Amino acid sequence: MTDTKYTRKDFVSDQEVKWCAGCGDYSILAAVTNALPEIGVDKKDIVFVSGIGCSSRFPYYVDTYGVHSLHGRANPIATGIKVSHPNLSVWITTGDGDSMAIGGNHFIHLLRRNIDVNLIMFNNQIYGLTKGQYSPTTPLGQKTKTSPHGTIEHPFKPAELVMGAEGTFYARTVDTNPKMMKEIFIEAAKHNGASVVEVLQNCVIFNNNTHHNITDKEVRDDNQIYLHHGEKMIFGKDSNKGIVLEGLKLKVVTVGENGVTEADILTHDAKDKDGTLHYLLSRMSLPDFPVAMGVIRSVDAAVYNESLEAQIAEVKNLSKIKNVSDLVNSGETFTL
Amino acid sequence: MNVVEVEKIVVKFAGDSGDGMQLSGTQFSDTSAIGGNDLLTFPDFPSEIRAPQGTLSGVSGYKVHIGEIDIYTSGGAADILVAMNPAALKFNMHDLKSGATIILDSDIFEPKNLLKAGYESNPLEDESLSNYTVIAAPITTMTRTILKETGLDTKTIDKSRNQFASGILFFLLNRNLDEGIKFLQQKFAKKPELVKSNVNVIKGGWNYAYNLQLIHTTYRVNPNLNKKGKFRNITGNIATAWGLMAAAEKANLPLFLGSYPITPATDILQELAKHKELGVKTFQAEDEIAGVISAIGASYAGSLGVTSTSGPGLSLKSEALGLAVMTELPLVVVDVQRGGPSTGLPTKTEQSDLMQALYGRNGEAPMIILAASSSSDCFDFAYEAAKLSLEHMTPVILLTDSYLANGSELWSIPDISKLPAIKPPLVKENVEGGYQPYLRNPKNLVRNWAIPGQAGNQHRVGGLEKNDVSGSVSHDPLNHAKMVELRAQKVEKVADYISKQTLNGPKSGKLLVVGWGSTKGAIFTAWNQLKNEGKIISSTNFNYIMPLPSNTEEILSGYDEVLVCELNNGQFVNYLRAKFPKIHFTQYNKNEAQPFMVSELVEKFNETLEAL
Repeated sequence: MTDTKYTRKDFVSDQEVKWCAGCGDYSILAAVTNALPEIGVDKKDIVFVSGIGCSSRFPYYVDTYGVHSLHGRANPIATGIKVSHPNLSVWITTGDGDSMAIGGNHFIHLLRRNIDVNLIMFNNQIYGLTKGQYSPTTPLGQKTKTSPHGTIEHPFKPAELVMGAEGTFYARTVDTNPKMMKEIFIEAAKHNGASVVEVLQNCVIFNNNTHHNITDKEVRDDNQIYLHHGEKMIFGKDSNKGIVLEGLKLKVVTVGENGVTEADILTHDAKDKDGTLHYLLSRMSLPDFPVAMGVIRSVDAAVYNESLEAQIAEVKNLSKIKNVSDLVNSGETFTL
Repeated sequence: MNVVEVEKIVVKFAGDSGDGMQLSGTQFSDTSAIGGNDLLTFPDFPSEIRAPQGTLSGVSGYKVHIGEIDIYTSGGAADILVAMNPAALKFNMHDLKSGATIILDSDIFEPKNLLKAGYESNPLEDESLSNYTVIAAPITTMTRTILKETGLDTKTIDKSRNQFASGILFFLLNRNLDEGIKFLQQKFAKKPELVKSNVNVIKGGWNYAYNLQLIHTTYRVNPNLNKKGKFRNITGNIATAWGLMAAAEKANLPLFLGSYPITPATDILQELAKHKELGVKTFQAEDEIAGVISAIGASYAGSLGVTSTSGPGLSLKSEALGLAVMTELPLVVVDVQRGGPSTGLPTKTEQSDLMQALYGRNGEAPMIILAASSSSDCFDFAYEAAKLSLEHMTPVILLTDSYLANGSELWSIPDISKLPAIKPPLVKENVEGGYQPYLRNPKNLVRNWAIPGQAGNQHRVGGLEKNDVSGSVSHDPLNHAKMVELRAQKVEKVADYISKQTLNGPKSGKLLVVGWGSTKGAIFTAWNQLKNEGKIISSTNFNYIMPLPSNTEEILSGYDEVLVCELNNGQFVNYLRAKFPKIHFTQYNKNEAQPFMVSELVEKFNETLEAL
């Protein structure tokens, strides 16, 4: 924790930013550097870690400690940093190829262990740095350079993997909403445990407008719902649509129609340990539903790095062995 | 009864995987150590946990070589074999000295078991064992009789059969039975009923041998008077783990191991996991890659990052090793070699990862390669690997192998306070003029190390080529050429900081025999034998592979022939040929995934000398 008052500028590095003009990554960078002064951590204690891909150039552009590692390997680097030095605030920037394909294994295990790091996944549904191949999140049937006749692979929804691995924090946001991004990054930083923030991000060159049905000005109010813990799930241009639970399924209703009142609308409980509703919310997709934004799940659970420190403290307290000399001279020895 | 004094003896314990041969072997080796013998042990077991009982594929063995003289190998053919079933006998017949003593359980030599072992007739009844002294005791019957009143079930009772054999062995070797009993008391401290039963059985075995007067000659191996001080029996894997812990303590850095279970390296992970009392952090990763990568992360943050593995795991770690080379971070990789390629022979020994260690990466990616040469010097070389890695800011691969890892020997316990200092090039906070990640010490070309948590030293490292000094990303052709050269020179310069190569025998002559790593004991013993026979021969063993010691060419020059002996198809000899094209190298290779036997080396050395 720090008392130092930072501004955005304190986190801007001297490196020239080399993303394509119009890339959604710029707004994510701006939102992160806007959020960092408000998380209460001294900048000497912040580390940004990445794998490979456009998103993974991120650490060069923030003036903190950073590691730009190997394709898919940001999570184990971050794990090594956080577990060995738990006082550090560790951030991962990654993409849909980096963390859903080559790093998929590390992704689920990071969540299963619940290591206290913050992971921002830039999901543009394409491989950008290798120039336009389909990724594990590319919609079925989309034509790309490696699927000239359309993909025949069912895509992952990153949220489903997070829920499946019993991740403790999942939020979704869009690169076109700086205010929402900043709020969510701050929430992710506050969460004790592994936080995943999926940013629906636009690749202006190889997959332009992939999220436009969600992000365009004309449709966004009807096609997004920004969930807030403890608040009613209401959305729409006229703020009169809402989500209700009918049997085991969610349903969109309009307040004032068919006798529906605001009281019928679900209240968002991000802290419910049972992730069933979080799972349903995270799966909502167009055209039947709005896409859920905001902190969908944020629950308390044992944190790996804290459990490890606790074990060490306990064992240290009980053991007679205080150094390596004690150890090598302990047990069965023979004096000849 | 005669007591014959012998200067060394090899005992082999063999039975089914569940027969407790490791326990009997450890009991015998520990009590030998207490009795003052030098010793070396070598377990030899199948990779299946419990292969079908009574079959050849299920035979598990434990060899113990003890001596009044210094012992450097696990010994050649056995002087005494303890065989708990026909398969164990059959499996070990090739590895027995003529006239050896065989202690066996006659109860088990019945048709069903003979068939399982592939015997057409009962070796106890035909003439096939006439060259051996056979002590055929009804071990199963006797053990069950002794424990009849205990109320233990037959399965538990039969697990004590090994102690009946141990009792006979203790009598045969004039060993102090009290020490064997003490071992059992410690081993089963938490299960008093098992202490009682096993003690009764070992006494029963001893009495059986004494009363029946079956044994006309017994043996005694006197204490080794060269061994003075405080010792313990230690395996290579435990010694490796402790060496790493000692280095971290000396460097005043936290120790972090990121690892994934793999035979025969897993003991290192298990041992380090035990030592939270000293702050050791172990992370059992989801795969080999996450193991090494997490260690690199820990090093970046200011720990001594370590990963442990075996050949297949090292293959998976290759890309990460390149990252450690590029980021110039400390990283110790312990590769406990096993038979390869692919899954190969997981529980057997081989030296076939050398080329992988030296060259198995993309790009020009040199790093330090060390090889330990005995179970106990795994401690020294693990310590040295960590020291060089931290002081030279480079990954280091330490090669051990299954033979060293699982084998044990007496280790003279060092004074930890007297181990050499370890001084990593850590900078202070707020480096004047700004921290430059690739600013180097001109003497050894080592970069300075800043770690997160230090104010003012924020910097980024990564796998992309970096600009000299500043460390920003660079694709400049001349900068790349310079950085390739700097990384290579940095590793070459380590030669100025390591021991010189030593030599046994004359500095020039007809024949120099060369080994590296774990073959040291066998090659030295064979060399010593020839020297004692008056032959002129020299030998040397390498622990520093990359870089080689600075006097290597000098050591290797001056002989008509340099014979390089290794447990692979010629990896070290080809490395030496490339480095020293003027020297005449020949090679002796064994690809049986077993250590060298002294006898085969002696034969090869004699043959070579005669041909020169």
